[in-house]
Amino acid sequence: MGYVPIKGGLKAIEAAEELVTYFRLRGGSPPLEAEQIRDQLRLAVDRVMGEGSLYAPFHAAVALKQAEGDVLEASFILRAYRSTLPRLAYTQTVDTREMRIIRRISAAFKDIPGGQLLGPTRDYSLRLLDLELAEEGTTHVKEFLAAYTFRLDSINAPLGLTFPKVVDMLRREGLLEEPVGGDGTGEIPDITRQPLLFPAPRSARLQAMARGETGGLMALAYSSMRGYGNIHPTLGELRVGYLPVRAALEGKGKLVTVGTVLVTEAEVIARMDGGGKGQQPRFTLGYGLCFGHNEVKAISMAILDRAMRSTVKEAPAEDEEFVLYHTDGIEAAGFTAHWKLPHYVTFQSVLDRLRRRQENQGKNEQKEEVTGDGPKDEV
Amino acid sequence: MAQPEKEGNAVSKEQGPVLQVRGLGKFYGEACPHCINSTGPAWESNICPACGTIVACAEISFALMAGSVLGVVGESGSGKSTLVQCLYFDLAPSTGEAFLGSYVGGKKNIFAASAQEKRLMRNKLMGMVYQNPQQGLNLDFSAGGNIAEKLLMAGCFHVGRIRARAGALLEKTEVPLKRLDHLPRFFSGGMQQRVQIAKALANNPGLVFLDEVTTGLDVSVQAKVLDLIRSLQRELALTIIAVSHDLGVIRLLTDYTLVMKNGRIVEQGLTDQILSDPQHPYTQLLVSSLL
Amino acid sequence: MAQRTRYKRGYNFAFLDESSKKELRRAMLKAVAIPGYQVPFASRELPLAQGWGTGGLQLTMALIGPEDILKVIDQGSDDVVNAVNIRKLLVQTTGVATTEDTQRATLIQTRHRIPEEPLCSWQILVFQVPYPEPLRLVEPSEAKTREMHAEADYSRLWVHLYEDIVRWGEITIGAQYPVMVNGRYLMDPSPIPRWDIPRLHMADHLNLFGAGREKRIYAVPPYTKVEPLEFEDYPFRVEDFRGKSCAACGSTSTFLDELLEETTGKRTYTCSDTSYCAKKRAARD
Repeated sequence: MGYVPIKGGLKAIEAAEELVTYFRLRGGSPPLEAEQIRDQLRLAVDRVMGEGSLYAPFHAAVALKQAEGDVLEASFILRAYRSTLPRLAYTQTVDTREMRIIRRISAAFKDIPGGQLLGPTRDYSLRLLDLELAEEGTTHVKEFLAAYTFRLDSINAPLGLTFPKVVDMLRREGLLEEPVGGDGTGEIPDITRQPLLFPAPRSARLQAMARGETGGLMALAYSSMRGYGNIHPTLGELRVGYLPVRAALEGKGKLVTVGTVLVTEAEVIARMDGGGKGQQPRFTLGYGLCFGHNEVKAISMAILDRAMRSTVKEAPAEDEEFVLYHTDGIEAAGFTAHWKLPHYVTFQSVLDRLRRRQENQGKNEQKEEVTGDGPKDEV
Repeated sequence: MAQPEKEGNAVSKEQGPVLQVRGLGKFYGEACPHCINSTGPAWESNICPACGTIVACAEISFALMAGSVLGVVGESGSGKSTLVQCLYFDLAPSTGEAFLGSYVGGKKNIFAASAQEKRLMRNKLMGMVYQNPQQGLNLDFSAGGNIAEKLLMAGCFHVGRIRARAGALLEKTEVPLKRLDHLPRFFSGGMQQRVQIAKALANNPGLVFLDEVTTGLDVSVQAKVLDLIRSLQRELALTIIAVSHDLGVIRLLTDYTLVMKNGRIVEQGLTDQILSDPQHPYTQLLVSSLL
Repeated sequence: MAQRTRYKRGYNFAFLDESSKKELRRAMLKAVAIPGYQVPFASRELPLAQGWGTGGLQLTMALIGPEDILKVIDQGSDDVVNAVNIRKLLVQTTGVATTEDTQRATLIQTRHRIPEEPLCSWQILVFQVPYPEPLRLVEPSEAKTREMHAEADYSRLWVHLYEDIVRWGEITIGAQYPVMVNGRYLMDPSPIPRWDIPRLHMADHLNLFGAGREKRIYAVPPYTKVEPLEFEDYPFRVEDFRGKSCAACGSTSTFLDELLEETTGKRTYTCSDTSYCAKKRAARD
């Protein structure tokens, strides 16, 4: 009998797991501390929290360590962990006007109330590989921090401000549509407890995208920007900052603040809407909000939010089933990887069909060919 | 559940009309109380000046007897295609009722039927030939497959019988039998229409709709397709509603005619009578332009 | 016994929290009540990747109790890595007893096969499902296929089969052959071979199907009609193993895996159901 590579599964799996640990550690460098990952791989942690759909910076950092830096894998680990947690309460809808801002810009107006606040961004930095970082030591870190905080104190920088929103300004002037909501019932479905059904209310679509994979969302949003269902976006406002989260916990009557989350919010002003009867034409809004500091994701989400509201569904970005079914990174990565599983039985079954077909073909060689594309006949 | 009382054209022996339509209307827009009174031929418009609603058709009533051919004539935008699309359930009408003699003895409004019943009616009791073959045919299914779809929906699950029936229908509609397994995508326009006709007749429907069937075709091909329809109608005693902007087609095919303008019927009567003695100015214009 | 078992790192019994399990069981009850109907449910992420059996696994997790005897197979085998992996997770989080013997198991989770030995009324068979929608072949939109199911409009799939016959002389679907359940719903039986289809029909046991990534649960309850789509003159056929037998146990009545001898290039066959094969060998020896 031939060699059957699938046998002895348990031992093989254990050996493979051991090898993974070995490959992670074989360099012999000191182990990464979760705190280091949380603090210094801030954006990776944010992505994992967003796509893993759980706001837990420390857990996300451990997941990144466990996944050897593979962000998708780390998000997957965090999502699976999330499945073990009971849902204790639903938080109140947050109001991003309350956001303590670290960065806030508008591409629509030069001057906005409160001003543009660049915040921590690489947007205008040249991406020159900084080899000096390889030399960074504890002393450098201490010196920088001491000097920087001293300067902060001396100029009395007003960090953590709240600002009025650009979209409110537009709405006051009747230039922008009023918020369009959920399924009309006023209820917000929880897509982690109720399945996503189509047509999906906007609130469900936004939830699905908030935990979508950054690259996937970006690819589809980019297809829209390049003309496959273009919504002609202008970035009304992009803000990054901290939001208080409140919930009515069981047993306690009143709302309690359960924590603060860092979020990125994008509001994209898009092509005009004709306006119904007795209505003036207005700009429409695409909305994006995700955990952590992830601007590409929030902007992509906002563009797709608007694109999916198109009444004609011609481009992929306009088709909610297409967008939402294909942008969950954990689903997509899992299924892509599943092709590594054995498919012997199904393959045997198709093989049986193919062989029969070949036999039939042999028999029918003489018979007229039956497939369809003959020459054009006239009437 | 739609229970055809008798198969196909046997209905002609039934009493009462094959189809009765009362007050059918189709609006696009929010509709207001002024819509009906401020649109139509008198206003030369089918757009409501008060609310902007498009009144595609309104106040359409008529009855159709078995074995007769009803023509609906009018310019584009007159609402004639909307009318047959509502009757074939491609569009949901905004107002009105219709009764099909072969559906619950003509006692139940077909528009009130469930989606499942509607599909059964479409498949078993009606046939449709669209102007554009892409609408009536799946161009990626073979000619036989297209006809098979109708037969399968009527519960025939025997490949041999399906092929025999499809072959017979193609023969009747003068499509070479060797085309049975070819894709209509590669057929000429005339032949696509013949396949559509064969498909429409697959289940011996009591009522057949023809929506501008010859409009896209060359003149010589048009004549042949019209000849075919005429001979099929006689042979099978088909009950037909034929929509056309071309009074020539109406003259050739129909016994009775509705003239439509701006979403309304402006005149109806025997086709011969309308052609020889048109009453409405619009009909007079149409007739005078007919060679 | 359950109380004595220590589960891995303080996870709940069978991993999922209890309210999630309850939700899953409600969906399963609905699926049993409407045979062949796909019940949407809010699939949870598991420590196993989606596409690797998370649907089946969630059903198993929601059903399993401390007294259950568990069997997990993939491609008919208890030993395939994926089956081992799933069994390991379930044992780690429940401490239940496992078996390879089909007739001893109370709960069987499977991928791509139905065990060869007939199951009894006290057994539950849980299938892992990659694509729950049999109409996806002819219609890409979920909203549309749900409407087609609601109206029992299966004509497009029938035409697809007709065209198959016209083109190839027979229906070319290999595994994952569409079936009608209880005369009402068209159902994807998961990628089991055609060989296994007749064994769903009027079975004594409950069949549950879980599609985790696609978030659907459906069921074939005991004694339910399961009929493969077929034409009167082109009957449904299972895989042809005539003249072939298992090289290990000699069976001529089981679904066989094909093996290619490395040196000689000769084709041999063995039972895909490994525990059945072992049992038969033991009885013979």
